[in-house]
Amino acid sequence: MRLSPDELVFWQWGPVVLNATLVFTWLVMALLVVGSWLVTRRLEPGTGMRRGQNVLEATVVWIRGQIAEVAPGDADRFLPFVGTLFLFIAVSNLLAAVPFFEPPTGSLSTTAALAGCVFFAVPLYGIARRGLRGYLKQYVTPTPLMLPFQIIGELSRTLALAVRLFGNVMSGTMIVAILLALAPFLFPVPMQALGLLTGLVQAYVFAVLSLIYLASASRAREDGPGPS
Amino acid sequence: MEPTWIALASIVTAGLTLAVGSIGPAFGEARAVAQALAAIAQQPDEANTITRTLFVGLAMIESTAIYCFVLSLILLFANPFWDFVIERAGGG
Repeated sequence: MRLSPDELVFWQWGPVVLNATLVFTWLVMALLVVGSWLVTRRLEPGTGMRRGQNVLEATVVWIRGQIAEVAPGDADRFLPFVGTLFLFIAVSNLLAAVPFFEPPTGSLSTTAALAGCVFFAVPLYGIARRGLRGYLKQYVTPTPLMLPFQIIGELSRTLALAVRLFGNVMSGTMIVAILLALAPFLFPVPMQALGLLTGLVQAYVFAVLSLIYLASASRAREDGPGPS
Repeated sequence: MEPTWIALASIVTAGLTLAVGSIGPAFGEARAVAQALAAIAQQPDEANTITRTLFVGLAMIESTAIYCFVLSLILLFANPFWDFVIERAGGG
């Protein structure tokens, strides 16, 4: 039984391995990029817009509204990063309903890479907003005794982000595989529908959690330290 | 050390991990959902904020269960001790 799409190797040349995770990540990226490029080639400023433009505009407006509810006034700063995370995870989780597609988020390497992006984006956004001094100061408030706990908290929440997404997507795929072996044809379908719901919720949770981390690191100093 | 003992310990521990590890999060999630429902019933206007906070909190609670699940899967399908024993037996 395959634990992750990492173990499905299409092509290998020495240390260069082309596995299913890479291929399906590229597929999702190509789908998002080419789709958006096709739609944004001809934009209508008025009301007579095409269907694709309507879908994209509604998506972006919804994401922006959700960000504005969590981080009021900062929505446009976080929209590119958080929106990209959400769209990538949501599309790759939803495509799991397509036969022979293995969601790349079901591999620990993909989710660890995404969580690593969040890990490095938090200090970047924080320093850009509050300066190096202001950002580092939040580690030693209220007392320097909290410094080890703050650092442990940063590392453990990154690990939690990665393992949560991986565990959810991988367990969904694996339950369907086990049910296919036990009671094929009809029983896996409800579990797959449940997997779609879980995938969307997990994409939302991943995006909201990383948004909360970003927003709490770059909050203005007078508000005090945010929740970690 | 006989390999069967390692297999036995791994399988039993995997089952115990999953069983014990899902009790706590189940109680926690039930409590969280019940409280959120009561809050929504009292303040239907705040349903959006409550629902979002509920989802984030549920994901946080659930991650402990997910850790146990991943751990038991590692014990069952990618057991490092089992691999070590097999390797040593194969090497002579």
